Formats: sequence, C-alpha cells, structure tokens
Amino acid sequence: MIRFENVFKRYPNGREALSGVSFNMERGDFVFLTGPSGAGKSTLLKLIALIERPTRGTVLVNNQNTGRMPRRKIPAFRQRLGVVFQDHKLLYDRSVFDNVALPLVIAGASRRETEKRVRAALDQVGLRGRETHAPITLSTGEQQRVGIARAVAPRPDVLIADEPTGNLDPELSIEIMELFTRFNEVGVTVLIATHDLDLIRHMQCRRLKLVAGQISGDVGRVKG
Amino acid sequence: MDALRHYFRLHRSNCIGALARIARQPFASALTILVIAIALALPAALRVAVSNADAMSESWQGAADFTVYLKLDVATEAARRTARAIESRDDVAAVTLIDRDAALAEFRAKSGFGEALDALDGNPLPHALVVRPKSGVAADVEALAAAIGKLPETDLVQVDTAWVARLRAMLALAGRLVDLATVLLGLAVAIVVGNTIRLEINSRSTEIEVTKLVGGTDGFIRRPFLYLGLWYGLAGALIAWTLVTGGLWVLGPPVRTLAALYGSTFALHGLSLPESGVLLAGGAILGWAGAGLAAARHLRAIEPQ
Repeated sequence: MIRFENVFKRYPNGREALSGVSFNMERGDFVFLTGPSGAGKSTLLKLIALIERPTRGTVLVNNQNTGRMPRRKIPAFRQRLGVVFQDHKLLYDRSVFDNVALPLVIAGASRRETEKRVRAALDQVGLRGRETHAPITLSTGEQQRVGIARAVAPRPDVLIADEPTGNLDPELSIEIMELFTRFNEVGVTVLIATHDLDLIRHMQCRRLKLVAGQISGDVGRVKG
Repeated sequence: MDALRHYFRLHRSNCIGALARIARQPFASALTILVIAIALALPAALRVAVSNADAMSESWQGAADFTVYLKLDVATEAARRTARAIESRDDVAAVTLIDRDAALAEFRAKSGFGEALDALDGNPLPHALVVRPKSGVAADVEALAAAIGKLPETDLVQVDTAWVARLRAMLALAGRLVDLATVLLGLAVAIVVGNTIRLEINSRSTEIEVTKLVGGTDGFIRRPFLYLGLWYGLAGALIAWTLVTGGLWVLGPPVRTLAALYGSTFALHGLSLPESGVLLAGGAILGWAGAGLAAARHLRAIEPQ
C-alpha cells in the first residue's frame, strides 16, 4: 500500500530530512511512526500526501509513483487519501457539517450521499448532532475529531495523521487513538506519526522509529 | 449524467456563494463596484454623447442647403419657373428664390459699397436659388447639385458641404477616441477586479490550502473567485448603466428646450437595448477575465505546507 525505496529528501535550504528511508506497508496495516521531533516524521508523511516530492528514491502509494505524478493528477490522488493534522486545519467560517462535507463535495457526491456520509463520520467520532455548530465553539479535542471525520468521510484507502494528539490531554489522546484503531479494523491502512511513546506503549502495533532521517527501528512487524 | 448534475450544482452554489460573500462585506464591495462602475460609465457616456452628436448632425437639414446662381440673362419670370421646377423634384424639400433686385438692394444697404455699385452699369448680381434637399447625406446632395448644374438656366452651383464633412470627420475621430478609451478603461476594470480577487485569494489562503489538501482541483478552487469577479463586473455595469441613463434623464429637458430654440425637435437618446446588453455582458466578462487572471497568477502560489 505504501512503499518507500531508499528515499532521500533534501529541502532547498540544504537540510536533509530523510536519508535513505525504505519500508513497506501492506493494505490494512496499522503503523506508528515514532522518533524525536526533527527526525523527519512530518517530511515522511508529506511525501505520502504529495505535499513534498522525494529528492531521490521512490515513494509508492497505492502502486502510484508519487515522484513522477503530474501536478494535475494530484487532486484525484489526494481524494483517495485521508489526512489528519495536528492543528486540525478546519475552516472556521463554515459549520462542522460543511467542514466534513468538503472532500465529498469535491469528489462530486450527491447531496443525499453527502449528508449520509457526514452523519456517519460524525457519528463515528462521537459528534452526532453537532452538524450546525461552528468549529470555534468546540473544544480542541472535538475539533480534532471533526478533522478526523473529514479525513474518513470519503472512505479513503489510506489514513495518515501527523501528531493527531499533539495538543490533547492523555485521556482524550487515548480516545483518538482508539478511533484510529476502529477505522483500521474496517480495513483502512493507517499511519500515525507521534512522539508520545507513553500513549502507544500498550497498543499492539508495528512501530517505525525514525532518527535523524533514517529508520532506526521496525518492531512489532506482523507481515513480511 | 450525475457528474454533469454535480457540475451544475457546484456552479450554482459558487454563484450564490460569491454573491453572499459580496453582501457580507458591503462597504469594501461597494467601493470596488463603484470604481468599476465609473470605469464603465465613462466610455458608455462618451459613446452615447458621440452617437447623439451624430444624430444631431444628421438632423441639421440646413447643413445640406446649397445655392444655385442662375445665368445673368435669366429673367425674373424664368427664374420663378426654374425655382418651381426644382421644387417639384422628389429629392428637394424647399427652394427659395433670391431675386437679383432685392439682393442688390440688400447688398447696397449692408455692404457699404453703394457708391462702387453705382459706378457699374446695371445689376451685377444674378438671380439665386437656395435649395434644401430632402436628404442630408453628402452623396445625395452632390447628385442633386450636379443635376441642377446641368439645367440651361444654371450658371453655378455652390455646395458648401465641406464643413459637414469636417464635422463628420471630427465625429469619426471622436468615435475612434472613444474606442481607445473603451479598451483602456475595460483593461482598468479587469485590473481592478483582478486586484480585488488577489486580495481575496490572499485572505482565503487557509481555505485554499485545506481544499487542495483534501483533493480540490484547480477548477474547483478557482470557480468561487471567478464568480466573485463576474458579480463585481456585472454589478459595476448595472450601476454604470444607471449612471448613464440617469445623466441623460437629467440632461434631457434642457437639451430639448435648447433644440426648440433652434427650431429643432432633437431629443437625446440613451443606450439602446443591444448597447445595454453589451455594457452588462462586457462588465461581467471583464470581471470574470480579471478574476481568471488573478486566479491563474496567485492560486498556484498557495500550496499546502
């Protein structure tokens, strides 16, 4: 599902964020990407979401080589991908419903289909009945869940999250992680970057450890 | 079929959404729209002015009057017959005979050459006819003058259409200047809209970034801005139309009074239906184009970080 082959990423300012990263994720895998801040976790996720392109090496997502993808094909690619951000990236001039509906509207879902899927997504993240609320009136944890609902509403094949619990207290963090687990149980491939080792200590998942732009550990691996 | 329906639904929602956005910032939007309105009203008003001047110059029948000098040996009775004959032509509106004796008396009284005239034996002035053609078109007038010139009684036909030709040339020049002004001010409208859209794009960079992140295509992201430009242009054109029409309404009565004093029934005419259509469509298209330019230039720069 996601495959990195000897990937290097050097930014224009000369900083090398990734130096020869290789790993493979099968469909339905649940993987934590750990490591200290500045290790290249965000860069790795950005390469998957095609926000950045690799300087060297190959990034394959769903058998598509992201490094060679022309610009006009990026939107369709991203529509198959759910992304959750640490800072939610919600639109504060729109209701919760409109935020979650955005990827569905883009993908051209009918009005009825959109309403159905938005309700289902909000239901899954425990925000049923908050459709008309403004995101700003919600707590940080609730806003993060709106962000997750938006990512899963179009039923993506892959869900990636960059420090989704970065701003949350431990209790809320566990709730959020459980959410991701549930999505994984229905077949979504999940990759979560986090530096919060305490939080994932008890979770039986594969962990990729990134240090200084290189994979320094790959534990709990279930599949070849 | 579904894709098509989706496409139109998006257009409708963008179209209405852009209107709502303008209404949400009434003051800033009003300023932009007024600037556009003035830039559109200027060429529209100039165009109406030139076309009115055109109409006025056509309505001046006197412009085409010309003088026919008969031969010196044509007697008064023969001159009257000739005048009647010319007047009976289809292309002649009126003929006035200037009797040679009356002309001499008038000349003697007004010119101050009375004594010099006394030195001459007899009246040196011929009978003259002032002919007013039915048509004011230069070619018609010249054809008529040529026909009268061939009459045996005619000595000389003096057509003074040069000044009409000059006026026409000046109006044509003015029309061309208005064309240039229209192009420049149209460009100004596109630039004003483009700049407004540029600011709008900058202020909505988060929205654009998020939309790109969840898979929004360039077209999807661009469309709301294009509709915003369209509404700005259309609203500006509507106000421009109101300004021009209102201005003509204010000027109408004094112009009619003035025309009446010159014995004319001339009245100002405003923007015709097709002209109004061109103004409104032009405003909308310029707004759309300005927004399109700004979007092409600035949307690409906003990429997810």
